[in-house]
Amino acid sequence: MRNVLLIAAKEIQESMRNWWVLSTTLLLAVLALTLTFLGSAPTGSVGVRALDVVIVSLSSLTIFLLPLIALLISHDAIVGEIERGTMLLLLSYPVARWQVLLGKFVGHLVILAFAIVLGYGAAAFALAVTGVAIDAESWFAFAKMIGSSILLGASFIALGYLVSALVRARGTAAGIAVGIWLMLVLIYDMVLLGLLVVDQGRFVSGGILNALLLFNPTDVYRLFNLAGSANVSVFSGMTGLADTITLNTSVLLAALAAWAGVPLLLAAFAFSRREL
Amino acid sequence: MTATVKIEHVSKRYGKIEAVRDVSLALAPGQTVALVGHNGAGKTTLLKLMLGHVRPTSGTIRVLGDDPVAGEFEARRKIGFLPENVSFNPALTGREILTFYTLLKGAPVATALELLERVGLGPASARRVGTYSKGMRQRLGLAQALIGEPKLLLLDEPTTGLDPALRLSFYEILQTLRDRGATVVLSSHALAELGERADRVVIMGTGTLLGQGSVEELRRMARLPAKIRLTVSGETETIRNWLDRGETWRQVNGHVVEIDAAPERKIELLRRATDVGAPIEDVDVTPPTLDDIYAHFLRMQGPGR
Repeated sequence: MRNVLLIAAKEIQESMRNWWVLSTTLLLAVLALTLTFLGSAPTGSVGVRALDVVIVSLSSLTIFLLPLIALLISHDAIVGEIERGTMLLLLSYPVARWQVLLGKFVGHLVILAFAIVLGYGAAAFALAVTGVAIDAESWFAFAKMIGSSILLGASFIALGYLVSALVRARGTAAGIAVGIWLMLVLIYDMVLLGLLVVDQGRFVSGGILNALLLFNPTDVYRLFNLAGSANVSVFSGMTGLADTITLNTSVLLAALAAWAGVPLLLAAFAFSRREL
Repeated sequence: MTATVKIEHVSKRYGKIEAVRDVSLALAPGQTVALVGHNGAGKTTLLKLMLGHVRPTSGTIRVLGDDPVAGEFEARRKIGFLPENVSFNPALTGREILTFYTLLKGAPVATALELLERVGLGPASARRVGTYSKGMRQRLGLAQALIGEPKLLLLDEPTTGLDPALRLSFYEILQTLRDRGATVVLSSHALAELGERADRVVIMGTGTLLGQGSVEELRRMARLPAKIRLTVSGETETIRNWLDRGETWRQVNGHVVEIDAAPERKIELLRRATDVGAPIEDVDVTPPTLDDIYAHFLRMQGPGR
């Protein structure tokens, strides 16, 4: 445990030194604030559920941006250190490889969580300061959004590690990371949509659709946040979908956690078998 | 005392390339061992095997009584390692890096600063490693290898980038560790640099062990001729008759000849050269250099391997 924390602390220290933490936090904050105040324009300043609108726009932002940031910091974690020669030294110390991986994971997750909480929190804070009334239910939905965003980040960090533990060169890792992002964030949904249109409900039942959506962490995240709360789904235009999808919140959370846990375990296994 | 490192019939294969083949080796405490071989001879692979970075294809390795491939490997607490091209995160300072490694090894943090002073990095310890010269990075590498009084020190090409003064203090540090019972393994591609400081020399060539022993033992095994240089009074012609025993000799200049003397012929030649009436003014004896011995063992492995 001590080793894991030591490595996590070093990872955080390094990320603060090379401006990763600051730039990510600023980026998220600026985008979140922009969306908050542009997003409130269509509903007008009298919009009673201003925070719910923010949740919709922020989760759409998260689905595109967060996987990218997570993959950026994680794809290099193992193969990069091996190429730079720092891994050779680190592993000559009394530390197991799974501890190195878990330590990095904790470190990267803390950085990402920090950026999300501060960046998105800034948006909610700004909204509250401008005197908009926000009820407890909206706050709860907002907290759920932040929590699931961190979990989504965790799953893409783990995916990045898996790539990093498997490939021989940093360039390959970067290429595959971009591929994963394109696949899960853009292509998957388009293909799924195309499939549904062509199928016209003949073969793809609600059950199959449920399963297909669970196979993509960004879809799980989308369902959890946009269709999960009645108030939010009104704004997100997901009420129709929310009726078809029978997955409840705990299943979605478990799926998201599995998307973080399984790739992490696989990455640990691949790393433990790897020769330096 | 039991051996620090025990390697038995170890081979390591990377695909078709056999980086190490059937090497058996035992290293005792309190020894300085020079691991010599040209690039690609398997030195680094051997060190990686001892550290558990790679698994042997066959054979067994015990380091400080443990199997190096096993997980956390408690014995690593007592191992210091300096990789061939040591690198650190350039964004961190020397002190931050050494503190991290000291904590990871479970040694008292105060020793980190002591070590930095010891390798002459005291004044630079608050600077980022990115601003360090190559020699300074190498010194930081040494400092981390010395954390926690290691019982086994594995140093891959340790003196590259060190200036002569630092090299000297580096060997002094190693001497102290050795006297306290540590095994120090130094790898190098030149025997001459390490030979005289090593209690034991291990010569590697294309993955096989070509020879091992003290420098003296290797010298005896190689049976290389010593060079005897004679300065002749008068013309070298006069010595031609004197040298009649079929020794190979070369004329260096008008007054000097050089003879390759086999070990068993050396004394006799010298006796005759210093005889009363011999036409010799001066005698110089050069034993075969470490490089000669090294070259001899490399030749022994034969062509085509």
